Amino acid sequence: MTQLALVIDLNVCVGCHACVTSCKEWNTSGPAGAMSDDRPYGADPTGTFFNRVQTYEVGCFPKTETVHFPKSCLHCEEPPCVPVCPTGASYKRKEDGIVLVDYDKCIGCKYCSWACPYGVREIDEHQKVMKKCTLCVDRIYDLSLPEAERKPACVMACPTSARLFGDVHDPESAVSEAIRESGGYQLMPEWGTKPSNHYLPRRKTQIRIHTDELIRADNPLKKERQLPQPDKNEPSLDDVTSW
Amino acid sequence: MHPAFSVIFLTTLIGVGQGLFLALYTGQVYSLIHVLPTQAEGGFYAGGSALALLFLIAGLVASFFHLGHPERAWRSAAKWRTSWLSREVIVLPSFMGTVFLYAAVHYTGWNPQVATLGESLPLDLSLVIGAAGTALCFALFICTAMIYACLKFLQEWHSPLTVINYLLLGSASGFTLAAAFSVYSAPEMVRFYGTWAMIITFAGLVTRSASLLRNARLKPKSTLQTAIGVRHVQVAQKAQGFMGGSFNTREFFHGKPASLLRSIKWLFLLAAFAMPLLLLGGGLSSAAGAFFSAAFLTQYAGLLAERWFFFAQANHPQNLYYQAIS
Ligand code: SF4
Ligand code: SF4
Ligand code: SF4
Repeated sequence: MTQLALVIDLNVCVGCHACVTSCKEWNTSGPAGAMSDDRPYGADPTGTFFNRVQTYEVGCFPKTETVHFPKSCLHCEEPPCVPVCPTGASYKRKEDGIVLVDYDKCIGCKYCSWACPYGVREIDEHQKVMKKCTLCVDRIYDLSLPEAERKPACVMACPTSARLFGDVHDPESAVSEAIRESGGYQLMPEWGTKPSNHYLPRRKTQIRIHTDELIRADNPLKKERQLPQPDKNEPSLDDVTSW
Repeated sequence: MHPAFSVIFLTTLIGVGQGLFLALYTGQVYSLIHVLPTQAEGGFYAGGSALALLFLIAGLVASFFHLGHPERAWRSAAKWRTSWLSREVIVLPSFMGTVFLYAAVHYTGWNPQVATLGESLPLDLSLVIGAAGTALCFALFICTAMIYACLKFLQEWHSPLTVINYLLLGSASGFTLAAAFSVYSAPEMVRFYGTWAMIITFAGLVTRSASLLRNARLKPKSTLQTAIGVRHVQVAQKAQGFMGGSFNTREFFHGKPASLLRSIKWLFLLAAFAMPLLLLGGGLSSAAGAFFSAAFLTQYAGLLAERWFFFAQANHPQNLYYQAIS
């Protein structure tokens, strides 16, 4: 069985919000109608988004780390939001595991948003229906797009390739490999929702350099020799001659 | 959670309607087995169940204000296999229909005997309809409460106490209304309803206090650490991703100071339980009818506060993601 999902690398995400704007741009232009905004230039702007990028600070100053944390529907394998929906507007597709809302059936009762622990469903205040990430279901199967572009808009937009997209049930896929190799994890595992989207943790990138790696200690063929090191007080013509 | 007035009115109004119907039917069954003096048929039961129906209709109307697309409400009967909300949507109109039939049978007086229980107890049509109504009434209490109790991450709600409280609080207000109603239409029933109203109100006080105690000791299962998956004791949100509000900042938090929450708690303990108990007691000992009406009005106002508190107190784990604007 296929389960499409995103894998988001927190080690790489720089919190640029490109995925947020690209998501909104694609999905507000789609056949499902606009994702409405209110007072976009006013004092208290508000609007519907599928994807939000948040920022957290981990640790105590001065030993802190900034974690940028993109969050959208996780397309859970046991989605608690689906069985509670009284109309069947919320459903999980058998063929690829995407959780979707049928905007023509939704009565706007908001019950599904109460049943999602992650706060990723947002009601559209004008269309009065529940909205959430569709994993760009209208892009990824679009044969009129070049194959390399059949990916969610956020994945296309990410400048650091922090967002991977693929089938997490296929052990050979790039996303499965990333989860396996880089310690991918799920959010709030305590509720048994089994989110399909995974996050890759922050990793320490360190490199240890010894002096003999900077200055060649062994020089068997005498091809190099130590460069002249004039005294700091000697006059110099430019920066090059003063070491 | 943000308490929505449509849902507060829906749950309290249908609670009164359900409780009143239960009271009427209990009265009828008690008179059948001669615990109570037999009632003048038509007027009292027909009037009482019409009143119950009015409350149910008012609750139904209130519920429509909760929907973004009320014109599609019929669709919500579709998923009764999985959704308690869908089950409620089916049971509520069925119950209303049964209450209507019950009222009609009593009003028209067309009440043929359909069976005999044991040797000597004649069962007429109204008793059979009433039994069906009682079953539907309990089913409706369970459906309404389970809508909240089934959400396991709303730990304040995820408890059998939620179901018991909906049942007892709805019944208490219904029995109090029955006492107030019978003052004018069947004075010999006042003592019966007044006493039961006091018993159920007291039972409700016990179970509601039990749930308050339980909720005060709850430890949230989700933390910021599990929410973003970073294992460090010190994690703080610096930005939630937007400067203005969103559905997530409005729907899941009541936005009131903790002190107001505390005052509302004491207010509803007083208005929904303590005062009605005193007023009912006063009514029973002095036989002054106005006491019962006052008891019902206070209790209903108290239950509105109770329901507001019920929603406001529930702390949704999604709030972990919305702690700091920037
Ligand atoms: S993240 Fe929330 S909305 Fe998405 S599938 Fe899981 S429970 Fe449902
Ligand atoms: S808001 Fe729409 S999708 Fe959500 S539970 Fe209600 S009908 Fe279903
Ligand atoms: S576009 Fe990529 S780097 Fe930028 S916020 Fe989104 S996930 Fe992070």
